[in-house]
Amino acid sequence: MSDILTIENLTKRFSIAAGLFSPRIHLTALEDISFSVKKGETLGIVGESGCGKSTLGRCILQLLNPDEGRVVWMGEDLTKLPGEAMRRRRQDLQIIFQDPLASLNPRLTVGEIIADPLRTLRPELKAAERRARVIKIMEAVGLLPEMINRYPHEFSGGQAQRIGIARALITEPKLIVCDEPVSALDVSIQAQILNLLADLKEQFGLTLIFISHNLSVVRHVSDRILVLYLGRIAEIASGDDLYRDPRHPYTRALLTAVPIADPKRARQRNIDALVGEIPSPINPPSGCTFRTRCRFAIGLCAKERPLLEEAGTGRRVACHRWKELELALADA
Amino acid sequence: MEDVLRVENLDVTFELHQSEVRAVSDLNFGLKAGETLAVVGESGSGKSQAFLAIMGLLAKNGRATGRAMLGDVNLLGMPHRQLDEYRGRDIAMIFQDPMTSLNPSLKVRTQLAEVLVRHQHFDQQKAVRAAIEMLERVGIPEPARRANAYPHELSGGMRQRVMIAMALLCRPKILIADEPTTALDVTVQAQMLDLFRNLTTEFGTALVLITHDLGVVAGVADRMMVMYGGRSVEKGTTDDLFYDPRHPYTLGLLHSTPHVEKRAQRLDPIQGLPPSLEHLPSGCAFHPRCAFRFEQCFSERPPLAEIGDRRAKACWYEGPLKYEDVA
Repeated sequence: MSDILTIENLTKRFSIAAGLFSPRIHLTALEDISFSVKKGETLGIVGESGCGKSTLGRCILQLLNPDEGRVVWMGEDLTKLPGEAMRRRRQDLQIIFQDPLASLNPRLTVGEIIADPLRTLRPELKAAERRARVIKIMEAVGLLPEMINRYPHEFSGGQAQRIGIARALITEPKLIVCDEPVSALDVSIQAQILNLLADLKEQFGLTLIFISHNLSVVRHVSDRILVLYLGRIAEIASGDDLYRDPRHPYTRALLTAVPIADPKRARQRNIDALVGEIPSPINPPSGCTFRTRCRFAIGLCAKERPLLEEAGTGRRVACHRWKELELALADA
Repeated sequence: MEDVLRVENLDVTFELHQSEVRAVSDLNFGLKAGETLAVVGESGSGKSQAFLAIMGLLAKNGRATGRAMLGDVNLLGMPHRQLDEYRGRDIAMIFQDPMTSLNPSLKVRTQLAEVLVRHQHFDQQKAVRAAIEMLERVGIPEPARRANAYPHELSGGMRQRVMIAMALLCRPKILIADEPTTALDVTVQAQMLDLFRNLTTEFGTALVLITHDLGVVAGVADRMMVMYGGRSVEKGTTDDLFYDPRHPYTLGLLHSTPHVEKRAQRLDPIQGLPPSLEHLPSGCAFHPRCAFRFEQCFSERPPLAEIGDRRAKACWYEGPLKYEDVA
């Protein structure tokens, strides 16, 4: 499979006003991120809150402008595209948000919401044609066409998320960034939406970037998984490799912390509990940013930042000690 | 062993403009010292309202009937002034978002000490000392320094620990935790669940864990109560319900949960949406979404019936619960 999207050395900083008269503070949300996405795959992005996963999704779509680096979409650097050209490119690149109700305009009907991207991106379409497309896409995401004139508040969270998905699909995109699309939903509805995304991916030949803090969900949907920690890539590997044989101590800690819905195994399990919480990105630790919570940290880790190294076919890891550590999970 | 809390025939209703909505119907359960009961259900199942009712924390238009026996005292219908003698001392509740439960304008030490001054009649100094000690026990590093912080200066995980410390100050017999880890990252969640496990063994606290996350339940709960449409539909030990569920809804929840160990091709979600309490389906409230329904389910509501040792289910279907068996 060929790469459809390549991120090269992407860095994003934010500057924050600390107080009225104090100098502005710079926060590095993403640092030197490089990876590629293959056509037709689902790439999962996981990490704790504040690791930069949502910022990354927004930088890919140019909803935020990266400070450095390139976002190459089908051979074209999106960061260099002028506004109008980028707007046209958005037909190919869409996003689904976490809070389905908050991301829908309460004053528009469902039909208007779903048709909205078409109005801006395909103004040549006639109203009847637009409506026909809206109905077709509503059926594809499991919404009844007779709901077309209803307003968002009349819908439950799961149905509202279907509207969000329909709005993303209407432009016939090639890639969709799903930013925590099921985190706000009930368990049974979450499963329905995950199945729907899988079906739509198949049906429309989509490539997905799936951002979530929930490792079980990411594991379920992803071909490959990228683990972010404090704005840097800790590890990237196929879902199977990552689970069976994590190479980064942070990946291992995340995996053992995921609750297992199996009482006997949950009782037997040894949790590789991380101490403390994710440090502030305003003042990150020197060297490897994970070292303050890593039980394998040595002197070198405080001095030098580990590079993202090749660690077997299709996987890369950023840890000074990945070659010597035995991290495989006993019960995997 | 005697129950530390016994709830009998609990009904919770809310007065609306034109109508009345019943959020909880005929709930019965007992809770023993040191045990962890998971109350599982989706939004609108009544799981939170049942326990808010027991704590006397219902919204103004809410009304609870039945009995909630703490020893030989009935908490339901007790005047708030009298209820305050028990709340915080014998029974405490923590919530999903600690920021909404902590007073933003008071230092942590002030809020914690107040509980001990109020309930245990400690003097201020002794109360602060005890508060700092408790902060240390719930795993807050540098507790003396953190005690001087305001809630907004702490991270989410720290705030949740402060909440737990506050709830535990008087060594309550019962701790009710409503989605206590939902807003936390998985590594912090693992620390919290560990803390809960220690707490029940160390203090003998009975823990009620209200959650929709079956992963959390599997790791900490001894028994489970599954709720749907305001009623308990299945009760039993955690192992029984996970390995041999007898209610189709319990089975459906288990099949809806993705597992980190394996990548399944598809999940088997429950079809449809959870019902609105204003328009509960006839008969069994779950029948419109149930793969095992038959005629009786449409018209008659199945009672919660004992099925063997400390198990109960509310379902007419008697066959084995396997998805392959149904079309």
